[in-house]
Amino acid sequence: MASSDLDARSTSTVARPTSPVATITGAPAGDDEMVCGEGSGEDGTDDCIDIEFSLNGESTSVLVNPADRLLDVLRDQLDLTGTKEGCGEGECGACTVILDHLPVNSCLVPAYQVRGRRVETVESLTDEDVAHLHASGATQCGACTPGVAMTARWIVDRPHLLSRHTLRALMAGNLCRCTGYDGIIEGIELDLTAREDAQRGSTG
Amino acid sequence: MKLLLPSALDEALDMLAASEAIPMAGGTDLMVHWPQNLDAHSRTYVDLSRIDALRGYRLGADELVLGGATTYWDVIEDAAVCEAFPMLARAARQVGAIQIQTRGTWAGNIVNASPAADGVPVLMAYDASLELVSTRGTEIVALADFYRGYKQMRRTHDQLIRAIRLPRRSYTIEHFEKVGARKAQAITKVGFALTRSEVGWRVVANSVAPTVCRCPAVEEVLTSERTVSAPEGLLPALDQDIAPIDDLRSTAAYRRRVLARVLYACLAPLCPGFGPSKTASPIPPLAGPDEPDR
Ligand SMILES: Cc1cc2nc3c(=O)[nH]c(=O)nc-3n(C[C@H](O)[C@H](O)[C@H](O)COP(=O)(O)OP(=O)(O)OC[C@H]3O[C@@H](n4cnc5c(N)ncnc54)[C@H](O)[C@@H]3O)c2cc1C
Ligand code: FES
Ligand code: FES
Repeated sequence: MASSDLDARSTSTVARPTSPVATITGAPAGDDEMVCGEGSGEDGTDDCIDIEFSLNGESTSVLVNPADRLLDVLRDQLDLTGTKEGCGEGECGACTVILDHLPVNSCLVPAYQVRGRRVETVESLTDEDVAHLHASGATQCGACTPGVAMTARWIVDRPHLLSRHTLRALMAGNLCRCTGYDGIIEGIELDLTAREDAQRGSTG
Repeated sequence: MKLLLPSALDEALDMLAASEAIPMAGGTDLMVHWPQNLDAHSRTYVDLSRIDALRGYRLGADELVLGGATTYWDVIEDAAVCEAFPMLARAARQVGAIQIQTRGTWAGNIVNASPAADGVPVLMAYDASLELVSTRGTEIVALADFYRGYKQMRRTHDQLIRAIRLPRRSYTIEHFEKVGARKAQAITKVGFALTRSEVGWRVVANSVAPTVCRCPAVEEVLTSERTVSAPEGLLPALDQDIAPIDDLRSTAAYRRRVLARVLYACLAPLCPGFGPSKTASPIPPLAGPDEPDR
């Protein structure tokens, strides 16, 4: 879906043409022709805007179109194609990233809203972060896995959440059509236990 | 698409006054199927994400004031707010799933004006009022008086919800019920929020009328402590209050019967006048073959 136009748009890693080329009004996001238009100050701009934010711990600057979703900017402009588009309507969670310490669906986040904020994507995860998910059979086709892994990491980093939420409720926004969820839940539980053990080891 | 990026409330209000721009909060309604929604791309948007005056919330001795950009997650994570207004947290936890709760706002839920909204009934049952601001000034509107019809509101395009105010009362009953196809990511087929306090009963239903609605006739049944011995006993009052329809999620008949049943099940243990009379026959099965439970 979103990757079909990757070739056309990823020639430069960050920037899009800065000079006005055509107006984007009405152009679908992800369209090959989507370039930035001539803006005017008073009644709103349709110029590309330069946004700066922290991406996986590194300060990043990228020119985005007002109509861009965070998901498309990550995949098409920043070449971080780990984040997947499943539904484009906030249901499936395949596009989950962590925005200012909270999981969000990047298909519903306007890119301009992340200026000055912190975004973490699946590319920030280490092999160790996902080892337990691998071991427990949390992945079959893999379409849901990047989103599952992000929400899982968010939970494992905040075990206190489990005093007020069940693991399944916290994972309810990540749909999986293959595994039946048990492997996913087991992987997160294993990870939580391992971190707890490691902490106990280091403090005691 | 055109974009306005205010960094303060006054600036946003000037922009709204000078254009037909649409406020963008969490985007969980506005951004759905965004690439395909070409009509939406020809509009101008005002980003609310940088306006400090809309963020945060305040729990005082007399009231809870939610900001115009307060999210469901803000409420879920605040133990004091959850304790003071437990239905807010109960409803918030049932909106979509975590990724929606972290972004979705109470004000966005109100202005999106879906009859199935889950935030609106609990706010209305807590007698919330809205602080609407524009360059023309501030207006306070009771949420119960805010909707005029399907997606019709007492809000002009230049107004923002700056705050949602909930008076603190001594509630003896607070109950929220959502009937959906599954536990998460479900749009309500039928639901209600119900409170009882020193100002009386509030019964608010969703997904059974063109807007989320108060149910004054049912409230009157409760106030006058009438005897109701079975769910069907609520139907005459309910039929004055609601106007359910058939749609892709359910049928009018299902909504009417199920609302009567969930209301009754909630009230029976609480109201002396409620409960099976000694002679009443057992409750008949919910859905016959001609009335599929969708
Ligand atoms: C997968 C999914 C599941 C969902 N599940 C549920 C559910 O279970 N229950 C439910 O009730 N809803 C649900 N929703 C709908 C949505 O999440 C809520 O309605 C949410 O509260 C909208 O808030 P927002 O900030 O994202 O709104 P936005 O999309 O940003 O805006 C919605 C509307 O409100 C206006 N607006 C926003 N803030 C203000 C303000 N301060 N002043 C004036 N106007 C304003 C906008 O202009 C727009 O018209 C779901 C959505 C998705 C995508
Ligand atoms: S692609 Fe974003 S939630 Fe499905
Ligand atoms: S592994 Fe296929 S959707 Fe989850």
